[in-house]
Amino acid sequence: MLKLIDVAVAYGSFTAIKRVNIEVEKGEIVVLLGANGAGKSTTFRSISGISKLARGEIHFQGSPIGGRAPDKNVREGIVQCAEGRKLFPRMTVQENLKMGAYVHRKKKDDIKRSLEYVYHLFPVLREKHHDEAGSLSGGQQQMLAIGRALMSKPKLLMLDEPSIGLAPLIVEQMFQVIEEINREGITILLAEQNANAALGIAKKGYVFENGEIVVQGTATELLANDEVKKAYIGA
Amino acid sequence: MRIVTKRNGLIALLILAFSFPYIAQNDYYLHMLTLSFIWAIAVYGINLLSGYTGYLSLAHAGFFAIGAYSLGLLTVKAEMNFWLALAGACVITCVIGLLIGLIALRTKEHFFAIYTLCVGYIIYLVIDKWEGLTEGVRGLIGIPAPGSIGPITFDTAASQYYLVLLFLLAVIVIMYRIIHSLTGRTYIAIRNSEDLARTIGISTMKNKLTAFVLSTFFAGLAGALYASFIRFIGPDIGSTAIMFDLLMYLLVGGIGTLSGPLVGTLLLVILSQNLQFLQKYRMLIFGPLLTLIIIFYPRGLAGAAFEWQRKRRDKKLSMVRADMHMKAEEG
Repeated sequence: MLKLIDVAVAYGSFTAIKRVNIEVEKGEIVVLLGANGAGKSTTFRSISGISKLARGEIHFQGSPIGGRAPDKNVREGIVQCAEGRKLFPRMTVQENLKMGAYVHRKKKDDIKRSLEYVYHLFPVLREKHHDEAGSLSGGQQQMLAIGRALMSKPKLLMLDEPSIGLAPLIVEQMFQVIEEINREGITILLAEQNANAALGIAKKGYVFENGEIVVQGTATELLANDEVKKAYIGA
Repeated sequence: MRIVTKRNGLIALLILAFSFPYIAQNDYYLHMLTLSFIWAIAVYGINLLSGYTGYLSLAHAGFFAIGAYSLGLLTVKAEMNFWLALAGACVITCVIGLLIGLIALRTKEHFFAIYTLCVGYIIYLVIDKWEGLTEGVRGLIGIPAPGSIGPITFDTAASQYYLVLLFLLAVIVIMYRIIHSLTGRTYIAIRNSEDLARTIGISTMKNKLTAFVLSTFFAGLAGALYASFIRFIGPDIGSTAIMFDLLMYLLVGGIGTLSGPLVGTLLLVILSQNLQFLQKYRMLIFGPLLTLIIIFYPRGLAGAAFEWQRKRRDKKLSMVRADMHMKAEEG
C-alpha cells in the first residue's frame, strides 16, 4: 500500500533522514521505533508531503506521491496525526473535529456519520463537545487529535507518539483504540518510543537511529532483538 | 429578564449611530466620525489578514491609496460614474493585491512584515513620482462626491455619514460571516500552525491568498470612500505614517477580534482630535499607552473585555458546580 524507496530529507545542510526504505501492506499496523530526533517525525512529514524529498521515491497504492501537495494527500487518504496533540486550542471539541473533515466539507451527511463514529470511539469527546479544546486533559487532547484525523476518513493513518506524556492506564486504552481503528480496515503507521506497547499491537517494525533504519523485522523478532530490548524495553 | 445583554447593547449602539447626525451639534463631529468609520473599514481589512490569518501586513496603507487613487482617476480623468468607479477601484485594488500576494505570501512572519513594508513604500513612491498619471505631490483635486441613487443624494455631511455607516455595517456583517464560517476557521487554523493546517488537508497558499485579496478589498474600498469624502488626495495617504496609524488602531482595539478595529479606531481618532492642542507632544501620551496595552492586553481592549467576561463566566460555572456537588452530597 505504501512504499518508501531510498528516501532522504534535508533541512538546509542537515540531513534529517537518509536511505529510508519502508513497506506497509494494507490493513497492517507498522511501528517506527527510535529516540527523539531519530527521524520518525521527518519520515511522517515526507509521506504526508509537508517535507520535500531530497532523494528517493514514495508510492501509495501503486502511484508515486513524492512531492505532491499535502492537501492532495489528505484527500487521497494519507492522514497524519501530529505529535504533541496539536489542536486548535480556542476552538471547541466539535469545531476541531469538523476541521478534520475539511477535505470532505461539502459532504454534510458524511461529516455527521464520521462525527458519530468518533464520538462512539471516544465517548468523552461527546460529553465535552462544547468545551474548548485547550481545556481538555492530556489524554482527552490526544483522543481529540486522533478523532480529528479520523474525520478525514484516512486509508493510511500516521500516529506520531500517541502515548507521549500519558498515564499508563490511558496509554493502554489508547492502544486498544488504535487496534479498534485498525480493525475497521485503516492501515496504521505508528511512531513510538514505548516499544513494548507498540510492538504488542503491531505486525512489524523499523528501528530508527540518526535518521537511518538500523533494525527491522516482525514484532516478535524485534521484541527478541537484544539491541531493541536494551534500548527501548529496558530488560 | 436581563436588560443589559449583548443584543440590547448592539441595538442601542445602532440607534445611537443612526441618530448621531441629529444629536451632533455641528458638522465637525459628523465629519470626524465619518472619517473614522472609513479608517475602521481599512483596519478591518488588515485585521482579517493580520489578526485572523496571522500575516502582519504593512502594505495596507498602500492598498488604501490604490483604492483612493483608482477612484480619483476613474472619476476625474476618465469621468466615470461614481458607483462604477467605486466598483472599479475595488477591482483594481484586488488585482494588484492578488499579484503582490502571490509573491509576498512566499515569505512568513517578520520577513512577510518587512516585505510588505517595502511594498507599501514602493506603492507610495510610485504614486508620488508618477506625475503623468497621479499628479504627484500636487495631488488629485476635484474628486466628485458620491453620485445620487435615484432621489437619494449625497451632498450633505449627514447623507455622507449614512453612506459610510452603511458600508461599515456591511463590512462588519461580512467579517462576522467570514469569521464564523469554515473559511474563517480555516484562516484561524493557518494562524495557529500552518503545518497543522496542512496535515488536515488545508491548501494553505490558496487560503492565504484569498485572505490577502479580501483584506486588500476592504482597504481599497476604504480608500475609495475616503477619496470621494475628502474630495482631494495626495500621495501621503499611502505613507508609512498612515500605515502605522492603522496598525495602532488595530492593536489598541484588539487584533484578531471582531469589535477591535472599530473600538480602536473610534477611540484613537477621537482621543487624538481632543489632544490636538498638545500638537506633536501627543505622541508622549500615545507611546506609553500603546506600550502598556501591548504588554498587559496583547489582544487589545476588545480582547481584555473578552477575557474579563470569560473569567466571570468560569467563576459562575465553578460556583454552580460546587453548589451541585454540595446538594448531591446532602442528597
